[in-house]
Amino acid sequence: MFTYYLDLARRSLRRNVALTVLMIVAIAFGVGASMTTLTVLHVLSVDPIPRKSRDLYFVQLDPQKANSYKPGEPPPEQVTRADAEALVRAGKADRQAMMTGGNAAIEPERAGLVPFFADGRWTSSEFFAMFDVPFIAGGPWTAEDDAHAARIAVIARALAEKLFGATDVVGKTIRVEGTELRIAGVIDTWRPTPHFYDLNTDVYGKGEQLFVPFSTSRELKLSRSGSMDCFDQSPEPEAVGAPCVWLQLWVELDSTAKASAYRELLTHYSEDQKAAGRFERAPNVRLRDVRDWLDFKEVVPRDVRLQTWIALGFLLVCLINTVGLLLTKFLRRSVEIGVRRALGASKRSIFLQLLVEAGTIGLAGGALGLGLAWLGLWVVRHQPTPYAELAALDLPMLAATFALAVITSLLAGLLPAWRGCQVTPAIQLKSH
Amino acid sequence: MHFFPILSTLRRHRTAAVLIVLEIALTCAIVCNAIFLIQERLSRMDRATGIVEDEIVRVQLTGIGTKADAGALTAQDLTALRAIPGVRFAAVTNMIPFGGSSWNTSISTIPDDPVAPVNAGMYLGSPDLLETLGVRLIAGRDFTPEEYADMDAVQQGKVRMASVIITRGIAERMFPGKTALGEALYVWGKEPQRVVGVIEQLARPNDGVERSGAGYAMMLPVNVAYTVGGNYVLRVDPARRAEVLAAVDATLNKVDPSRIILERQTFADIRRDYFSKDRAMAYLLFGVSLALLIVTALGVVGLASFWVQQRTRQIGIRRALGATRGDILRYFQLENFILATVGIVLGMALAYAINLWLMHKYEVARLPGGFLPVGAALLWCLGQVAVLGPAMRASMIPPAIATRTV
Repeated sequence: MFTYYLDLARRSLRRNVALTVLMIVAIAFGVGASMTTLTVLHVLSVDPIPRKSRDLYFVQLDPQKANSYKPGEPPPEQVTRADAEALVRAGKADRQAMMTGGNAAIEPERAGLVPFFADGRWTSSEFFAMFDVPFIAGGPWTAEDDAHAARIAVIARALAEKLFGATDVVGKTIRVEGTELRIAGVIDTWRPTPHFYDLNTDVYGKGEQLFVPFSTSRELKLSRSGSMDCFDQSPEPEAVGAPCVWLQLWVELDSTAKASAYRELLTHYSEDQKAAGRFERAPNVRLRDVRDWLDFKEVVPRDVRLQTWIALGFLLVCLINTVGLLLTKFLRRSVEIGVRRALGASKRSIFLQLLVEAGTIGLAGGALGLGLAWLGLWVVRHQPTPYAELAALDLPMLAATFALAVITSLLAGLLPAWRGCQVTPAIQLKSH
Repeated sequence: MHFFPILSTLRRHRTAAVLIVLEIALTCAIVCNAIFLIQERLSRMDRATGIVEDEIVRVQLTGIGTKADAGALTAQDLTALRAIPGVRFAAVTNMIPFGGSSWNTSISTIPDDPVAPVNAGMYLGSPDLLETLGVRLIAGRDFTPEEYADMDAVQQGKVRMASVIITRGIAERMFPGKTALGEALYVWGKEPQRVVGVIEQLARPNDGVERSGAGYAMMLPVNVAYTVGGNYVLRVDPARRAEVLAAVDATLNKVDPSRIILERQTFADIRRDYFSKDRAMAYLLFGVSLALLIVTALGVVGLASFWVQQRTRQIGIRRALGATRGDILRYFQLENFILATVGIVLGMALAYAINLWLMHKYEVARLPGGFLPVGAALLWCLGQVAVLGPAMRASMIPPAIATRTV
């Protein structure tokens, strides 16, 4: 029966090729545009560290002055050097790491290479274990290295290959801003997107090439990048006691019980600091896990969300267009349907027949739409946006595209098919 | 004329009529908002900076390690850069409009103001900066060479900085109704600075800070080295910009070859890069609007063609009873006009609703009323153009068809 319906659909669609093409193209454009923007939205809002996003927490404290306090004001989004160092030293979480972005000039020893700049991260030793950073050689530096500001570094695969032409370079040295650092480990290409642990730098960027202990970076006066906010005049904003927030502090806590205990600890810490005269405000702390943090910071660009809505609106118009055309088409075949009904076809089989015809259009439109989405993503990849190269169809999105096409076509067919099968055979036969 | 017969015909094809009206309404609503968003982006991209953009080129460089003699090197660089043929002025600055990275501070008319009302961008640089950028002084004067102090000395509090130049925006905000010249402003340190000059306009480096106070920028007589921000700004003969940029590398390397030149661009390039996302968004919105209009037009053509086919016999009878070709043509045109009008009215309401929602979620401004007639006219024209073909075909139906069975 199904093949018979398909054959009927084929005949019907060939009777008016222009109209069929119009319906297919409309659906294809709607599906193509929607899938392009939905894919971009999907790749941009993906969980950057799925296995641990509920165990990693971003710490916020409020060290600002009392006289500028506005009730309900959230704490700053970074911490001071004094607080970061104190909380890392205390080590009350399962793991903890303080960090800032930076960049440094690297002078290659290899002939023919000119000095160049690399993005870096100045952090503490537990950074790597905490964020599951994949090593291909060696490993992270130790807490001891942190304490002694050891001349040590971890580099990324691309940097190792550029400098040495190999990745097995543990123990060799790299010249950073005029100082030799021993390479402790080489990490594989690692590009968490979004760059959740520091949203002050390029959120969809390629990630860092050079990792150096924070303490070392201060001794070498490596330049920092990101954002710095000072709530008082300060001659040396990067010093330990400076009234400036410029560091990110992350902690790992593997249960919600530990998280609430840590939140309490932060409150106590703030109270102690206030008692000691360092903090002026009442404790105002936040402890957000990765997903809450990304939601709070609204990392997905607004333009991308807006584009998704525009595309869905476009799909809706295409859908209504197709419903209207199919409806007119089916109603025009009232006579034919009347004859089939009079010859014994049930309403149900008419309904199915018409639905098969609508579904055929939908599937054709969906297949074409997939092609258009692929083309659309190709265009997105050639845009000058930082996330451009991330835009590609993955398996779930491919499946979603097909689902969208089928659902669209069925939605488009449902109303016309239902109206079509309501034809009263007697009237249709009588009038002609 | 045919108004009521058309309505009763449409009532018999209620579902199809409702669908085409819905399609027109949605298209109208989306296109109205899209045109508005495009216009908003375009006006953003037109934002003035207050500097002589055609004449500006920028070179950004950075050194390796810490240089003790950065100040002296900067002076040498500037002398060398000024010697390039075509260069009229050269200066070093910590930041530039649309450059991204920014220096800002809170300013007030009282000391130690905990709730300082204005956040302003802070341009520091060598003595020629004002002249190099070509910003227009509307009152007062530029800094004198004696007023300048070195960054390090100022930061360590060894030198008191006495003067500041502010934009008209700050002047009007901080000193409403009076001249700002000679007034005291707490910008840097415990002691106030005196306003010695007011400039028309100087844009801040990025949108984030622009939101915290549009048009609030000031210049301070603090001489920075290239290691602070690393921007050399050159004011050159517009016709020789490419030539100057080509000579920059060799010139700077001759002074000290151990540095890395990060950027060398004309200001036109900087502006283009800065607004590339807006341009892409405007193109996208334009593309979607065009596609929507085409789909809707084709929908109208499809529906009208069907109705013409369906009513062939009826049209034949009307022709046989004396209706002219013009009557038939106008019948379909009027029918389309009625459908479009209902769609447009609905679309206006919907456009407004969508705009309210966008205002709430995406900080879009309120849709000006002027966009609604534009959208309406667009869809009326579209409908009439789309229906013309089928209506012409209908008017060609010969009266003889009435005598045949179809």
